[in-house]
Amino acid sequence: MRFLNLFKIAWKAIVLNKVRTFLTMLGIIIGVGSVIAMLAIGEGSKESIKTQISSMGSNMVTIRPGADMRGGVRMDASEMQSLTLSDFNTLKATAQNITAISPLVNGSGQAINGSNNWPTSIYGITPEYLTIKVWELSSGSIFTSAEVKSAAKVAVVGQTVVTNLFPNGEDPVGKTIRYNNIPLKIIGVLEKKGENTFGQDQDDVILAPFTTVQKRILAIDYLQSIVASAKSENDAPAAVEEISEILRKQHKIAEGQDDDFNVFSMEELISTFSSTSEMLTVLLVAIASISLLVGGIGIMNIMYVSVKERTREIGLRMAVGAKEADILMQFLIEAMMISITGGLIGVVLGLSSTIFIEKVLNWPTSVTSYSVVISFIVCAITGIFFGWYPARKAAALEPISALRYE
Amino acid sequence: MKKTIIKVEDLKRSFVMGDEIVHALRGISFDIKEGEFVTIMGSSGSGKSTMLNILGCLDQPTSGTYEIDNVSVKELSKNQLASIRNEKIGFIFQSYNLLPRTTSIENVELPLFYNSNITSAERKEKAVESLKLVGLSDRLYHTPGQLSGGQQQRVAIARSLVNSPVVILADEATGNLDTKTSYEIMALFQKLNKQGKTIVFVTHEPDIAAFSSRTIVLKDGRIIKDELNDKVQSAEEALAKIKNVVD
Repeated sequence: MRFLNLFKIAWKAIVLNKVRTFLTMLGIIIGVGSVIAMLAIGEGSKESIKTQISSMGSNMVTIRPGADMRGGVRMDASEMQSLTLSDFNTLKATAQNITAISPLVNGSGQAINGSNNWPTSIYGITPEYLTIKVWELSSGSIFTSAEVKSAAKVAVVGQTVVTNLFPNGEDPVGKTIRYNNIPLKIIGVLEKKGENTFGQDQDDVILAPFTTVQKRILAIDYLQSIVASAKSENDAPAAVEEISEILRKQHKIAEGQDDDFNVFSMEELISTFSSTSEMLTVLLVAIASISLLVGGIGIMNIMYVSVKERTREIGLRMAVGAKEADILMQFLIEAMMISITGGLIGVVLGLSSTIFIEKVLNWPTSVTSYSVVISFIVCAITGIFFGWYPARKAAALEPISALRYE
Repeated sequence: MKKTIIKVEDLKRSFVMGDEIVHALRGISFDIKEGEFVTIMGSSGSGKSTMLNILGCLDQPTSGTYEIDNVSVKELSKNQLASIRNEKIGFIFQSYNLLPRTTSIENVELPLFYNSNITSAERKEKAVESLKLVGLSDRLYHTPGQLSGGQQQRVAIARSLVNSPVVILADEATGNLDTKTSYEIMALFQKLNKQGKTIVFVTHEPDIAAFSSRTIVLKDGRIIKDELNDKVQSAEEALAKIKNVVD
């Protein structure tokens, strides 16, 4: 009953100072709103990175040459020749934790079809590459193992290549294009895959047998990398471990010596990106929290002024029977009502600006319930914390001097 | 024998101002019985404000005893003093001290907000009743800004009545008002006194004191005169007189 009365008194004071109350609230509104929006942006980018990386094949394991020492000189990864076909064959034959494996050599050049030409990359692979990348063909077929063995001049092309080399919409399957002056017969077209996390167009590619690319286009006999599929996402670390072991044995690397290759899984990539975006989130939230803090100080400031301004009123209330606790509660409730109402409006603002960001700016967002709950609790605490000092000040007033205050 | 509402014995109050001790009250004793209309007079510095603060339980005496309605105030805590003020005393101030931008009813309701035994319906009912008593039943929803000084003071009087106090303490309640309005207010006090209200009225104007039934005069912290007024003037008549002069 008494509490309800104090609530009414506080409400009255807020209603009597609508504009001032609103301006005070603004700090909290912006603070809470931005915390929620920032968290939503951070969460959203984290999630979108995760799904995009997963779409590249989340159980993919990549092996690259690395830390190759030739006579004490460290070499650039692209020039390293430490991965060979026999490495690939050994892995294919002995590794238990992988389901598919393909060598990968790539080069870039100009693809030409009649009067149309297009600069694109060529990937030299085995048919298993499509399994690893979780990629389907929209028409035609992939080359056979026999065609790989014979370094056949065949290719499967991505959608972007199709649009650029066959602008009139004819069926590319069966046509022959020239890539760096090597004629390649198109036997299949890849399904559209879109951009990857790095903004690279995954459809701007030509896939050919790795032997063809090695011998006819790049004129090399080593492999630039090997890609494999772990049995599942959870088996990826075990697969990385196993591949490392096999390759160390294969390359005769003694105990304690550095590997001359790198093996990494998508999972590692995901966690790297997640931690990056997590840091980004922390940064954004830290900035938003500062505005919440400033909002809280705003409340304290206004409450302090309000106590000064209403000194006589406080004296009167005390004269007609208000106890110290009543005055304390009155001002505390007032501060909390400002901060909680501000918090509620802030939640609405945060959610609507999140929708705005998602719809208009096309940024991925994801509102988590904990961000809403936490920012709301924080702002209630802000009310108590910053309301306490002025309220304490009001309650400590002596009724006589308060009544005579000018 | 009428009930004693206020019993003051050898009341002293001193303040420390820097390294000087100021004796505001130097041993005051008096009783006020139910139904009395007492004015406390004195020039500034006589100690009358200090007296009123102590009577109003806003301040505690340095020594001596003070009983209000048979409760000795001396041993009470701050919170208990607040309850005494809430239930037994009605305050009226020189500058009305009404809450701005707040209706008459809400202003009058104020003391009852701090009494948890009273429901909001009772609160409103009592406030309306009090405002009727002071002749403002047609100004229930006016805010102080829409009321004249006399009307504002009536609201303040209604507020002092709303908790049915054992005594009403008025501090220069007519100090801010012109003569005519002062007399109107005094007429109201006389009316309330006739209905049995005990009133203690602090003033320095002798013509206001003439409307009361007893006058206590303070000087330098001591009572120099405490006498009953045999010829209590009627404020109504005084009011009629000035009206005649104006006409």
